[in-house]
Amino acid sequence: MKYMLLMSSASIEGVPPMHEWAPEDARASGAHMMQIHQELTERGELLGGEALAGPEAAKIVTSDGVSAPVVTDGPFPEAKELLAGFWMVDVESEARAIEIAAQTSAAPGPGGRPTRRPIEVRAIMTPPIRSCD
Amino acid sequence: MTERTAVEDLLRELAPQVLSVLVRRYGDLADAEDAVQEALLAAATQWPTEGLSDNPRSWLIAVALRRLTDRWRSDEARRHREDLDAMREPAAPSEVSDEDDSLSVLFMCCHPALTPGSAIPLTLRAVGGLTTAEIARAFLVPEATMAQRISRAKQRIKSSEVPFRMPTSAEWTERLRSVLHVLYLIFNEGYAASTGADVARSDLSGEAIRLTRALHASLPGDPEVCGLLALMLLTDARRPARTGPDGELISLAEQDRALWDHALIGEGVALISAALPRGAVGEYQLQAAVAAVHDEAATADETDWPQILALYGLLERMTGNPMVTLNRAVAAAMVDGPAAGLALLAGLEGPLAGHHRLDAVRAHLLEMAGDVEGAITHYRTAAGRTTSLAERRYLTTQAARLGNHRT
Repeated sequence: MKYMLLMSSASIEGVPPMHEWAPEDARASGAHMMQIHQELTERGELLGGEALAGPEAAKIVTSDGVSAPVVTDGPFPEAKELLAGFWMVDVESEARAIEIAAQTSAAPGPGGRPTRRPIEVRAIMTPPIRSCD
Repeated sequence: MTERTAVEDLLRELAPQVLSVLVRRYGDLADAEDAVQEALLAAATQWPTEGLSDNPRSWLIAVALRRLTDRWRSDEARRHREDLDAMREPAAPSEVSDEDDSLSVLFMCCHPALTPGSAIPLTLRAVGGLTTAEIARAFLVPEATMAQRISRAKQRIKSSEVPFRMPTSAEWTERLRSVLHVLYLIFNEGYAASTGADVARSDLSGEAIRLTRALHASLPGDPEVCGLLALMLLTDARRPARTGPDGELISLAEQDRALWDHALIGEGVALISAALPRGAVGEYQLQAAVAAVHDEAATADETDWPQILALYGLLERMTGNPMVTLNRAVAAAMVDGPAAGLALLAGLEGPLAGHHRLDAVRAHLLEMAGDVEGAITHYRTAAGRTTSLAERRYLTTQAARLGNHRT
């Protein structure tokens, strides 16, 4: 079963932005993420994933296909709508996808306390699985 | 997986046999498989130009054994083997005949230490002879991910407490169950993708049928193996009719039955008719029997629903699976009217909570009962819950169809 795990770039109450963290805290957070990446790779579960540049550089494009597209530059007040990054995994069950999301959410923040950043778990659409007629 | 030459077909057939000989003698799947791959490569380059060896199987075994020995002569490999020997019981003396070779590798791939997600690619690789790239393509994952999954599966068997050998008679029934389950999942994975764009995936059904045929040839007296093969053939027979020109799903009732493969249906019906009287009725035989009743009806209206209802009743008692109850509800609605079917759904709210199939069946039965609004609501709910694009499209279309006919 394939899932996409989505991490938003919204700020979390009580957690300052990462550039204000102590260097060792930022390092610990990076190491935690690398370890998850490593584990997913070793288990043959990782399909792909990317971190996205910050919402400051984001642009929102709308078009009617006729006139010039309307391009809105960030930053956006509704930054919680914007992605920070995503992973795609192929796992045995939804429970395993939730476990990976939980590991990610528990990544350490300032002082080693878990940031508890919300991770959205979304099933990726597949061709149908046949059951008995 | 298509357009194989005669040599490639032969190699594919022989590969699991050769692998099994090596594994039985040395007990190590990963090393044996590497050696077999090298022997296959040698054959694939030599045979087309220099001609086939008189005994291709012996030739491959000899070459693979030489490669395995070469491999183990290196210090690193020897250390590796000593590690393995330390954690493994001595291999049991071989009692299986050559004919059982493919069978023994198949039983090994469906090892109790593996989840289905690991056993499936390992089976396709070691028994089916597919390349890792082909398997990765079929499951829509990157090749490196699939390679890692297969290698991890081999490691897991290696480090498990259960050594490689044919299962003892005490383990036999349980292991055969795993084997059948893995083959069934491979078939379904392929059957779920029957559109032209998914050729690599739909070939999985053909692969599952090929492996199940081989298993049936080795165990002709096992009624469940027979039942599974019949189920696959009777289901696959409908493939040409189950999707429209744009890949849209067509329900069983709406399918053009002239498109069904009647040769496959004949074979499937013969298999299940031979298996059922043997007495040891199992779930694959019952599912095959249901499929046979559908396939033998010249039109949807002529379907023998009372018989299907009875078969699902047996299957429900045997498995306790709520999905079977869901199917029984449809049959009950066809026999005794939609109210009977809807009554059965009440008990499924717990076990199938949130499952799109429950909403889809409820929508269908409400439509039968004339509750158009209720049917639209549940078709929409089902569409929102399925993770299948084809099903979502089908369910959305059902809701739209009812909406358009609303007065």
